[in-house]
Amino acid sequence: MQRITIDPITRLEGHGKIEIFLNEEGNVANTYFQIPELRGFERFCVGRPVEEMPLLTNRICGVCPEAHHMAAAKAVDAVYHVEVPPTGKKLRELLYSAFYATDHTTHFYALGGPDFIMGPDAPVAERNILGVIHKVGLEIGGKVIQMRKYGHTVVEMIGGRKVHPCTSIPGGLTKGITEEQRKEIETMGRWAIEFAQFSLKVFNDIVLSNKAYLDLIVGDIYTHKTYYMGLVDENNRINFYDGKVRIVGPDGKEYIKYEPKDYAAHIAEHVEPWTYLKFPYLKNVGWKGFVDGPDSGVYMATPLSRLNAADGMATPLAQAEYEKFYSTLGGKPVHQRLAIHWARLIELLYAAERWVELATDPEITSPDFHAIPTATPTEGVGIVEAPRGTLTHHYWTDERGVVTKVNLIVGTTNNYAPITMSIKKAADSLIKKGNVNEGLLNMVEMAFRAYDPCFGCATHSLPGQMPLEITIRDTDGNPIDVLKQFCE
Amino acid sequence: MTEETKPFEPVMIGFTCNWCSYRAADMAGISRMKYAPNVRLIRLMCSGRLDPTFVFKAFAGGADAVLVSGCHPGDCHYATQNYKAMRRFYLMKRVLNQLGIESGRIKLLWASAAEGQIFANEITKFVEEVRALGPLNWNKTSAEIPVETKEEVTA
Amino acid sequence: MSNKPKFAMYWAASCGGCEIAVLNIHEKILDVDAAFDVVFWPVAMDAKYKDVEAMQDGEITLCLFNGGMRNDENEHVARLLRKKSKIMVSFGSCACEGCIPGLANFSSIKEMVDTAFTTITTDNPDNLRPQTSYAMPEGIITIPTLNTVLKTLDQVVDVDYYMPGCPPESHQIAAVVDLVIAALNGKAELPPKGATIGAGNSTVCDECTRKRHEKTIKAFGRIQLTHTDPELCLLEQGIPCNGPATRSGCNARCPSAGAQCIGCYGPAEGVVDYGARLIAAFASVIDSDKPDEINQILDGLVDPAGQFYRFNLAGSLLRSSKSAQKG
Ligand code: SF4
Ligand code: SF4
Ligand code: SF4
Ligand code: FES
Repeated sequence: MQRITIDPITRLEGHGKIEIFLNEEGNVANTYFQIPELRGFERFCVGRPVEEMPLLTNRICGVCPEAHHMAAAKAVDAVYHVEVPPTGKKLRELLYSAFYATDHTTHFYALGGPDFIMGPDAPVAERNILGVIHKVGLEIGGKVIQMRKYGHTVVEMIGGRKVHPCTSIPGGLTKGITEEQRKEIETMGRWAIEFAQFSLKVFNDIVLSNKAYLDLIVGDIYTHKTYYMGLVDENNRINFYDGKVRIVGPDGKEYIKYEPKDYAAHIAEHVEPWTYLKFPYLKNVGWKGFVDGPDSGVYMATPLSRLNAADGMATPLAQAEYEKFYSTLGGKPVHQRLAIHWARLIELLYAAERWVELATDPEITSPDFHAIPTATPTEGVGIVEAPRGTLTHHYWTDERGVVTKVNLIVGTTNNYAPITMSIKKAADSLIKKGNVNEGLLNMVEMAFRAYDPCFGCATHSLPGQMPLEITIRDTDGNPIDVLKQFCE
Repeated sequence: MTEETKPFEPVMIGFTCNWCSYRAADMAGISRMKYAPNVRLIRLMCSGRLDPTFVFKAFAGGADAVLVSGCHPGDCHYATQNYKAMRRFYLMKRVLNQLGIESGRIKLLWASAAEGQIFANEITKFVEEVRALGPLNWNKTSAEIPVETKEEVTA
Repeated sequence: MSNKPKFAMYWAASCGGCEIAVLNIHEKILDVDAAFDVVFWPVAMDAKYKDVEAMQDGEITLCLFNGGMRNDENEHVARLLRKKSKIMVSFGSCACEGCIPGLANFSSIKEMVDTAFTTITTDNPDNLRPQTSYAMPEGIITIPTLNTVLKTLDQVVDVDYYMPGCPPESHQIAAVVDLVIAALNGKAELPPKGATIGAGNSTVCDECTRKRHEKTIKAFGRIQLTHTDPELCLLEQGIPCNGPATRSGCNARCPSAGAQCIGCYGPAEGVVDYGARLIAAFASVIDSDKPDEINQILDGLVDPAGQFYRFNLAGSLLRSSKSAQKG
């Protein structure tokens, strides 16, 4: 049997590893996508005071520590049965909106977007942020840096630190903001809205008006008809910080909507012995393997999933873009994975609009940002939408508020099964009768970038950085060909 | 006797203050009161000078148990320094416990200069207790040892 | 290829936050680009691992290495980069002292893996555990082996400098970049090998602007259970703050934001064991001479070892790889 190893450089890189096995006819028999690391947060958080969870779980991922900080903060509120005062909630959501805008910007310009802006056929050496700056101009590069700076400034103002914020505690926050800071945050937010609109225009000009790119997006290669998950508000509009989890089926209709605390009735995680990461799926549909369709419990949680799972956006400009998205792509739901990039930009606009909404809220500077918990701590679930998928933290404590048990289902993990499926599909269509199409590497890498997998959450690699190498071996395991993605 | 069947002889470090407990030990020595030879004594001017780092270094360096001793409460030459030692001791014991070191491996003993016999007896008793615990096992995790925060101060 | 000095940055078992902190020096990153050939930096460019293997020993001038040693892969890359680098900086708390992931050293690997594969949402009827080598019908596939304890970088390779922080503050990173560039141009001197760079020599308390009096407390508190005074030292208010033993360098960022210092800059200069120093510091604020009362006050500190070794367990006297190996 022929065997192909797609290993991010070598197994020594620790990023994740893909094995493709071919059958007698030389077609794909099976693919395995392995995650090489486990850090044990669910174990070593036991015994710690629960108020430390927002600080400890930050360190799961330095790309989205804000998401872990917020999911943990909501879980510890729930553990203490405390209602956060409106100002506290709004401050957290304001921090979170600024973070979202920053994170989506980083992804679009530096990580996933270059595939489109530079074109999928551009040399790999140019498909990076520098290539983007060369193509779209230094001025835009400056804007991207500015956007990241603004976002981090807001995170630091409210969260105390730029990376790994420290201010969320059970019942609210340790500090509020002054009127002066509020003004600054508002000004930066208004700039962010313009930046988001500008980014959508870039996408429109470069991608949507180019038929080849559009065909790539709507093409079949990354289409999987799965379930979609996202957090929605009471009007079924997207919300990143709060709400109920809504899941729609492959037909786009609501399958279920549940309170965060009920997640375990709906989500289970399948185990395979060849990887350190588990595969979440919809419990009541069942694990049927790496397949799509209404009978398979595989679901996706990404910007596209959130758009599919919601009925719209809660802010006007983003809503208009939402409508354009579905009218261009032929209605809901959209199953084509490459549309995730576009969905991400619509979310960027929403995040910026929400940022300004909250920054201009009359309650935002109130000193009433923390409610002292009075109930005995027990158990609690916190769910937020991380940029890369629904993030669930669940803690149990003793009566002193010391953690006795932890369960985490992190953003990217949700997409472990769908990513595996995208890899298999790319392999299926590009490996025929033992012939490996040169485009394989490209397609696998693009699949990765669309999901923006952040195995920092599971292990540690940053999104989109998957330098790949495929070794094709004969039946004796001897290499007969090596394909490399990175430039010499 | 082969290596395996030799009875376990715990290695123990004892910190004493210069004024009371060291003299108690001294007296025990001079008057040939018998006590187990396992404890190596280190003299500090006062138990209040005991830096928890010393204790941690003793364990890291291979000690199976550590004794901390000083003058009886109220009798410290430097007024209240032995209360400071006591506060450190209690906190240290809790931390060691979480690090996988059984509570029985660290002991606080007050002894006046005249209490040579008591000192000798307590040390012998402590050695037996540690012998019963066996060698310090670094691979034990905190989940595997009984949690114990109740304090017992002797003499 | 130009003959500029070569720069590399790598993550082992890390969260990626150290990389983000470097990106957050914003425009300064252009100075790095101007002064160095960036030869290996997985977050910012295609990682040419093979190129690194092909390099001469010592060819990389400056390597910032972040992340702890969680498995055999991490160690392998650490050894390779050590060999190829002239200046190897242990970058960030994970590499320097194990950081939060080092809390795993409270448990065994078995406890860690068992926990992860038996959570309430885990569907695992056959009670499977990941196997480092697994025979599928099509062939054998492998994943790395976890170390029994998380190790710091200097427990695996020789390190030239330490740069603490989780992550290091961007203004400190910028200062270190300036220093190295100046040194390369003969305009400054590098500190002696083994030095801590990008941080201060005193404690977070020294940088903290909160008002301090003689610290004496009758009870430890929890930050969520009180309204803390924004001006007064937190430890004086009974909130367990690690400032007294933690190295300065962050401008007391957390206490300034109303939160306690959790110790991410690691042990202050000269501190042998971080936790032991904190035991002394915390014990000294307790206002009691009575054993019962002291213990009652200590009961308010629900997780002293976690508090004192939050970032430093893998670098501690008692739970580092050295002590764990004594068996
Ligand atoms: S030191 Fe902190 S920021 Fe750096 S990798 Fe470790 S956890 Fe992340
Ligand atoms: S203990 Fe904490 S709050 Fe008090 S001075 Fe030190 S750093 Fe500041
Ligand atoms: S105050 Fe403490 S925890 Fe906060 S950044 Fe500074 S050293 Fe780190
Ligand atoms: S002098 Fe003996 S304890 Fe202080």
